[in-house]
Amino acid sequence: MDNGDGKVRIGFYVCHCGTNIAGTVDVASVAKYAAGLPGVAVSRDYKYMCSDPGQDLIGEDIREHGLNRIVVAACSPCLHEATFRTATARAGLNPFFCHLVNIREHASWVHSDRAAATAKVYDLIRAACGRVRHHKALERKRVNVRPEVLVVGGGIAGIQAALTVAESGKKVYLVEREPTIGGHMAMFDKTFPTLDCAACILTPKMSQVKAHPNITLWTYSEVAAVEGFVGNFKVKVRRKPRYVNEEACVGCMECVDACIYKEPKFEDEFNQRLGKRKPVYMSFPQATPKVVQIDPETCLHFKTGKCKQPCIASCSRNAFDFNQEERFEDIDVGAIIVATGFKPFDPARSPKYGYGHFPNVYTSLEVERLVNSAGPTGGEVVMRDGRKPKSVGIVHCVGSRNLQTNRWCSKVCCMYSLKLAHLIKEHTHAEVYNFYIDMRTPGKGYEEFYNQLLEEGVHFIRGKVAEVTDWAMTPEEEGKLVMRVEDTLAGFVRRIPVDMVVLAVGLEPQADAQGVRRMFNISCSSEGFFLERHPKLAPVDTATDGVYLAGACQGPKDIPDSVAQAGAAAAQAMALIDKGYIEMEPNAAFIDSEECSGCKSCIPLCPYTAISFDEVTVKATINEALCKGCGTCVAACPSGSIKQNLFEDVEIFSEIEEVLANA
Amino acid sequence: MPETFEPRIVAFFCNWCTYTAADLAGVSRMRHAPNARIIRLMCSGRVDPQFILEAFARGADGVLIGGCHPNDCHYIEGNYKCLRRFRLLRRMLDDMGVEEKRCRLEWISASEGDKVKRVINEMVEQLKALGPLDLPGRFRDWDKEVAELEHAASAASAPCDCHAHKEEAAHA
Repeated sequence: MDNGDGKVRIGFYVCHCGTNIAGTVDVASVAKYAAGLPGVAVSRDYKYMCSDPGQDLIGEDIREHGLNRIVVAACSPCLHEATFRTATARAGLNPFFCHLVNIREHASWVHSDRAAATAKVYDLIRAACGRVRHHKALERKRVNVRPEVLVVGGGIAGIQAALTVAESGKKVYLVEREPTIGGHMAMFDKTFPTLDCAACILTPKMSQVKAHPNITLWTYSEVAAVEGFVGNFKVKVRRKPRYVNEEACVGCMECVDACIYKEPKFEDEFNQRLGKRKPVYMSFPQATPKVVQIDPETCLHFKTGKCKQPCIASCSRNAFDFNQEERFEDIDVGAIIVATGFKPFDPARSPKYGYGHFPNVYTSLEVERLVNSAGPTGGEVVMRDGRKPKSVGIVHCVGSRNLQTNRWCSKVCCMYSLKLAHLIKEHTHAEVYNFYIDMRTPGKGYEEFYNQLLEEGVHFIRGKVAEVTDWAMTPEEEGKLVMRVEDTLAGFVRRIPVDMVVLAVGLEPQADAQGVRRMFNISCSSEGFFLERHPKLAPVDTATDGVYLAGACQGPKDIPDSVAQAGAAAAQAMALIDKGYIEMEPNAAFIDSEECSGCKSCIPLCPYTAISFDEVTVKATINEALCKGCGTCVAACPSGSIKQNLFEDVEIFSEIEEVLANA
Repeated sequence: MPETFEPRIVAFFCNWCTYTAADLAGVSRMRHAPNARIIRLMCSGRVDPQFILEAFARGADGVLIGGCHPNDCHYIEGNYKCLRRFRLLRRMLDDMGVEEKRCRLEWISASEGDKVKRVINEMVEQLKALGPLDLPGRFRDWDKEVAELEHAASAASAPCDCHAHKEEAAHA
């Protein structure tokens, strides 16, 4: 579109963004300055360019003034590039004639000197008006999207996401690292603030996952490798051997009774090592899939080879297979939902609380198992020394809101501490003390639950616990754990003797979050949780198209929030799949074969092996379908014959020239 | 060096890590020196050494390249390619008399908005201490010097010598 005369006619627009930009940058003078730049036919400033009237302005000007280039100085292209390209296309101009200049995130929000910020904006818009002259009409290429979805992690978020997608008729692969799905929620007794039993609301969903015809459930499995791109991911799943044929086992548990070890002898991970299990075991009675497995670390057969193998004899279905080996499944999926959850903070990192030193100091997750009727004590709150506690101190913010451990608020600890206080009181009638910094109870029915606890006679002491010690200073402190704390409401230092201490540990990223992040090509925020594309407007998207986030892997979250986010991630994946195709950014590299000397220096540079050498023409060729548009080969080509759309040398050189042209 | 010397920095930031980090610095209102002009590229692997030379030749006092941390490149290994070229170019810049601190490669991930702020502020301080590079000015001086030398040479030498010299040049 060149109006026949081949002349560049630029429409320039600077956005006030309310006062976000106009507060620091003199937008009126920017518009005036732009009007004097070569090729600029129209120059305007407007309150909100991204609003409908703002976008319409562009369309009207294109039609009225025959514009063939659009430059919008506003926010980051990561936010609104698509908006303005679409507005440009609506008016009949190729969208790639539009260029966005970032003067909000990169100027007005980070500078306070108005003159300096405005001068910087002058430079940036000059560069944009320079580069846009060289823009070309480009076409987006379409790639089909496969209809299968991979959900990684089978906690409540993964379960919810998998069920939602499967219900819409799409095939789902749910991969879970542990032997059973259910995640942390399966360990809880009750859920706040309604106190409904976690198993009663979770286990039906777990069975639904197992029974759903559209869900392929692989537990005790991990994603080993991910290749490809949005719509066409190739995923390799490692399936660890459980030495039991999943299809044959019905979970009758005859083998567990028959095991050569008559009594459970080994630490039970699911029960937080508070109980024991045998080498052949099922994590908990409602485990899904309902299949036993053998732990080769403790099984006599695997350790010595000298077991009589009563488990095999007891199995009427011949489900045991001691020769099972690790195997791999290769699947193709269109979208991936990452729901890998969190790790509880290890309180041994804060030695002042005595965890691991005093046997009666527990983590909150351990207490969840103690109050759970399916737990190691059958729901009795009994301490490691066999006594029932008469007084319990709950320490909030363990590993949270602290510069020495983690800076963030883990969001769920106040509420689950209230829940545990209620449950411990209900089970033991003990005196319960909550030591808190601030009570944080935002949420439906949460503050009401806090008020209920206040009425139940639970003690609340505002202050950070300095130390848990067994050093008694008075006879009544003998044999107790003494909590030293400054009561900041009463205004003095107190010593409170208790039998049992519960540490409300915070939520952390999984230990292998960095590895998972690299595998899925997504980013982490500074605390190590996975980074969403936009904190408000794209909370389940990632920087990588087709990879979505659900649950606490993105940040601390309670069950309602995890479920809601899982639904959102499922909806995003379904929207992608139902559209059936995706349009790729046309920034692939291409070769000007006239110029190519056939030196082959580009070929080994491409990480996607998109470049090959044509023996007939003696020149390099780029497979557009494989090129991801990084531009590494472009920078390396000695003859300058490789070009990258949207980032051509001539465009970048003109940017360099123009940002420095003010001297 | 003028009192109010404000160094001019051209920054090449990769789209996925450093450009996003600069966005994060903005969203977090991390105020920093207004001297850098950011040019967005998809990958630090796209940084052609000629971009850096061009920036200095056009009057930049410093060039900053930002890419993903090693092992984190969105395009697998573009940042390594960038590092390789950067190392080679460094030696050439040394020979040209461009001080080390004027050309900087930093790995800044999408979550490190504070690092964008720190690096830019630091670089501005260092460049202020170094003073203007003014490569275009130096080029002009060099050209003038060469022209003067040539002029002096031609004035001092005999016409036949001059003719021989020209012939020699034509053969070369």
